[in-house]
Order: sequence, then structure tokens, then C-alpha cells
Amino acid sequence: MTRMSNYNIRPKDLTDQEFFYGHKACAGCGATIAVRLALKVLGERTFSVLPANCMSAVSFIYPQMAFATNAMIAPFPATGAMLSGVAAGAKALGLKDFQTVGFAGDGGTADIGFQALSGAIDRGDDILYICYDNEAYMNTGIQKSGLTPYGTKTTTSPAGENLPGSVKHKKNMFEIVAAHGIAYAATASIGYPNDFLRKLNKAKSVRGPVYLHILASCPTGWGSKTELSVELAKDAVDSGLWYLAEYENDEFKLNVNPKEFASVENYLSKQGRFKHLKEEDINVIIEHRDKKWEKMRKTWL
Amino acid sequence: MRPKVRAYKRPDKISDYPSTPAFESGHLVSKNAGWRTFKPVVDPEKCVGCLRCYLVCPDGVISRTEDNKVEIDYDFCKGCGICAHECKLDAITMKKEADEDE
Ligand SMILES: Cc1ncc(C[n+]2csc(CCOP(=O)(O)OP(=O)(O)O)c2C)c(N)n1
Ligand code: SF4
Ligand SMILES: [Mg+2]
Repeated sequence: MTRMSNYNIRPKDLTDQEFFYGHKACAGCGATIAVRLALKVLGERTFSVLPANCMSAVSFIYPQMAFATNAMIAPFPATGAMLSGVAAGAKALGLKDFQTVGFAGDGGTADIGFQALSGAIDRGDDILYICYDNEAYMNTGIQKSGLTPYGTKTTTSPAGENLPGSVKHKKNMFEIVAAHGIAYAATASIGYPNDFLRKLNKAKSVRGPVYLHILASCPTGWGSKTELSVELAKDAVDSGLWYLAEYENDEFKLNVNPKEFASVENYLSKQGRFKHLKEEDINVIIEHRDKKWEKMRKTWL
Repeated sequence: MRPKVRAYKRPDKISDYPSTPAFESGHLVSKNAGWRTFKPVVDPEKCVGCLRCYLVCPDGVISRTEDNKVEIDYDFCKGCGICAHECKLDAITMKKEADEDE
């Protein structure tokens, strides 16, 4: 937990400037917390690349532009490639002291943007890729992605007599990215904003590709109350359904290792997308969690 | 320190439009205040300036005041209620917009 803690930032150390302002995201949108905080840490001299997703849809609304920094939209699968191009272009222009960041959703990362991301990491480009994970394709009306958890009701993974919603667990994106031998990768949650700030600050100092994967609640797609967005993202970590970890120098490190997990049922019951789950479905979720933690605790501590 | 809302003149003819798909950053022409049913109200007596609400506001509408409290930009607050819910000291309460004058 204390390793790299020198990157800590207190809220009062953050700039007063807001670089993501006046966007039209749903009230209580967790992804906007991730984007807003990231830009506050990265600063004004940041180039942002966004593929098609909620964060671009709610901010590039001509003539309203909610990014107060340089920002551009990439084709859906191209975030990683465009990040590389922007970083190379800025370098060619002789620019100094700038950041290049991508904000892609779970669909834009684990599914359609996967190849471009893998290529950018493989090239060793000096970029920061942030996946905000709201666990479905939200901007097109809640379709299942590779990062949708087991038992989630989406429009393409309906729940009923025969199906519990999504029948696949979340893709292990963090480990897949780490397997590239990336310079630095970390998971985060908007429920633990201070931890996210530290990881952003760390990411800023790393040369080479960095991947941050942040769980970000979506009241519209999760069927949850708007005021619960931060609490839910914290519950996910406390109940063991999400985890805070880092990867660097060929090593994984768990940042939070709960002695006892908070209630999974409590986390699920606050969200419409899980309302249909039966006891047996919840047991599948818990079993999967326990297996994952057994492995993480063996090698990531 | 936030981008300000500015007046927008609707283009009359094609040449009034920008010539490329590029456009100025932080160009705000509309507010979000109308989205709210409930509005967060800060009690400065209870607020200790911990900045938790400032940290987790999705819209960035909470800012620090000189005396280490917080204030809210109601032009862009959507009334999600995260600030009130996250405040450990109950220094923020959600009040129905219509009841404001009572
Ligand atoms: C090539 C291509 N396919 C499909 C779309 C339609 N599309 C736009 S946004 C989106 C959903 C993106 O989901 P995700 O990446 O999880 O971001 P979120 O909307 O959840 O923020 C889709 C499918 C597109 N714009 N381009
Ligand atoms: S649908 Fe979800 S992710 Fe998209 S703007 Fe609304 S709350 Fe945010
Ligand atoms: Mg998504």
C-alpha cells in the first residue's frame, strides 16, 4: 500500500481550474468524475483523445465544447493509434511538457479498441490510456461488452427464465495489458478518488505507455440512484467484485486487501441491472470472486 | 476558474461556420441548471472544508471559498445529490427547487 505513496495528492493541492465543464452527461455520471479528476491532475497542456462513447457524446456538442483543453474524437476502434499519432506529432513539433491521454469506455477498450491499444503499448509510445469502465456500451443504450460482469441485465444480455443476464465474467483487461510488459498499469475506482489521484500523478511521471482502468458507475445503465454513484464504486471494491492494484517492473501489487469482504448482496441490490438475480446466480458471482482473490493474494501481495 | 457561458450567434450563412471540424475548447453556450429537481445547499456552519464533495462532483461545480468552505455553481449543478450523500458531516442538504421561496 505504501509503495509509491510519494505520488499522493491532496484535494486541496489540485488546481482550481476545471477542464471538463458544462458537459451534458446524466446527473451522477461516474465516468465524468474520472475524466474531470484526470484532467485536473494532468493539467492544461493535455491532448485528450476520445473514441465514440458517452464522454465524447456529452462534451462535443456543437457549439458547446465541454473540454477546456485540447481534445479530439477518434474513430471507435482507434484510440490507441490516435494517441500514438498525437504524441508523435507533438514531439515532431518540438512541444515540451505535455500529456497525451485517451478516455475510452469498456467497449472501446476491451472489445473494439483492443487492437489499437495493444499496438500502442507494444510500440512503447509515451501515452496514457484511461479505460473508464461502466460495464456496458452505455451511449448506444446499454449493450453487453467484454467487461460486463456475470448476471448483468443489458439489452443484449436479457434476464429471464433461462438466462441470468450476462453469462460471462469480466475480461481480465488489467492482466492482459500487463502481459505486454507495459511501463505502468493500475486499476482504480471512483469510489476511491484519492487512490486514483495518486495513480494519475504516478502515470504522469512515467515514460512510456501507461494504462489506468477505472470503475465508473453509470446510474442510467446500472439502474441506480444518482447520489449512490461514488458509494457503489466503493462497494464494488469493498465487496471484492473489483480490486485496486498496480503493475510495474514485471510485478503485480494489490493496493487494498480487505480482511473481510463487504456484502455482495448489498452491492447488487442497489442496482436495477442485478434485481433479477437468484441466490444461485449470486453464488456464481461470489465463487468467481473468491477464486480471483485466491490467485491475487498468492502472487500480488 | 471555469469556462464562462458566452452568447452564441447562430450562423446565417455557410461562411459563418468554422472552416474545419476543429472548434474552440471550453466554448459554453448553455447551462445545465434546468436539469435539477433538488438543489444541494451547503451549511457553512457545519462544513469543515474537507473537500470530499469537491473531489467527487461529476460536474465540477463545487469550489473552495476563501474561508475554506465550499460553494456551488448552480448554473451547472444537475442536482445528482452525490455531494450531500458523500458529506460525512451532513453539511449539504438537498432541497426541492420549488420549495426555495418558502
Ligand atoms: C465503428 C463503430 N461502431 C459502433 C459505433 C456506435 N457506438 C457509439 S458509442 C458506442 C458505445 C461505446 O461503449 P463504451 O466504449 O463502453 O463507452 P460508453 O458509451 O459506455 O461510455 C457505440 C457502440 C460507432 N460509433 N462506431
Ligand atoms: S449513460 Fe451512463 S456513462 Fe453515459 S452519460 Fe449517462 S451516466 Fe454517464
Ligand atoms: Mg461503457
